[in-house]
Amino acid sequence: MKALSDSVLEHLRQVVDAPDLTGTRYELEREIGRGGMGVVYAAVDRDLGRRVAIKVLDAEIGQTFAEEARLIASLEHPAIVPIYETGTLPDGRLFYAMKLVEGTRLDAYASRDLSLSERLRVVRRVGEALAFAHSRGAVHRDLKPQNIMIGGFGEVYVMDWGVEGIAGTPHFRAPEQTTAIADHRSDIYSLGAFLRFMLPARRPRALQAIAAKAMSTEPDQRYADVAAMLLDLQRFADGLPVTAFRETPWQAAVRFTSRNRVLLGLLAAYLAVRFFLYFFRRFF
Amino acid sequence: MNKLVVGLLFGAILGVLDGATAWAYPEARAGIVGILIGSTVKGMIVGVLSGWFGRKVHSTAWGIVFGAALGLFFAYLVAAMQELNGQHHYLAIMTPGFVVGAIIGFLTQRMGTPESRTQAG
Repeated sequence: MKALSDSVLEHLRQVVDAPDLTGTRYELEREIGRGGMGVVYAAVDRDLGRRVAIKVLDAEIGQTFAEEARLIASLEHPAIVPIYETGTLPDGRLFYAMKLVEGTRLDAYASRDLSLSERLRVVRRVGEALAFAHSRGAVHRDLKPQNIMIGGFGEVYVMDWGVEGIAGTPHFRAPEQTTAIADHRSDIYSLGAFLRFMLPARRPRALQAIAAKAMSTEPDQRYADVAAMLLDLQRFADGLPVTAFRETPWQAAVRFTSRNRVLLGLLAAYLAVRFFLYFFRRFF
Repeated sequence: MNKLVVGLLFGAILGVLDGATAWAYPEARAGIVGILIGSTVKGMIVGVLSGWFGRKVHSTAWGIVFGAALGLFFAYLVAAMQELNGQHHYLAIMTPGFVVGAIIGFLTQRMGTPESRTQAG
């Protein structure tokens, strides 16, 4: 008897696992992703004629998600993937329909040769989404590169809000999340870990310090809120000292010189001209 | 503070400082007051014009070029009018004037509020 190939087995598995969307207005297209909490499918909204993403949560995800989903669905922000609908499938599993984002997952995007400014732009966009959500009382709880997508025009989308990953990359999860309920400070830890993930091999010390402060083991020693961390990132981008990093006088001088290269160059040119004219005036 | 005022202020300050360097030349000390006044006025004119340019064109590079060109031109006029010991010191006046103009052009690009835009009626 001939053994089945891996691709055929994978197809059969997808057919068997395909959710029954009976009773919903969605028509299943194909599986597009699989994570620690469930499976994501592309589908078509028959009523509105648009493509959506359907995430079917694993059976062990409780009904508490429904309340969180209502909160997340109320968030309207350019970087937060909107949830269109939540519900329960005939087999009892929870699902939610959301905007179908066609782009690149961030862990793949970050492996490209990106400039530091682009890397920081992505981090800031994620931070802005977190800050907005926190202001509305929502917490992400599972921020990691796999939950962030980059759209075709460079837009940043943060997904999978409100459901704590059961299995996933532990490096991005705050230590207190193993024993206590996550709050906004846990997201700050994750954002710091995310910043560290996004930094290139040659990391500016100020950015390392910002990430380290956000990733403090004690929540009270992290940034008070995401806005404070974003402010430090903006100060770094503007060539100003950051609160997380205590510079030596030499480092401050190097930063000042770097930020004012043109002006210092012009002043040096003026002094050089004056020096030349004064000491060689006998030749004019 | 708008760019015109920034240009005026920095033009005056840099003009005074540039003119004061003439004290290092003993042969120029007799006319130091005139040199200071001329240098200050020159700096202010370059500053105002650079500030005007900065309100229209938002480019550090072009601001520096414009300021340097203005500084060079007005320094030429000053050198042509001034005569010391029967000589016109074009190089000694125009070269620093060129660099000072570049500095003024840079400062008016980086500082001061740009021209405010008003909606068409």
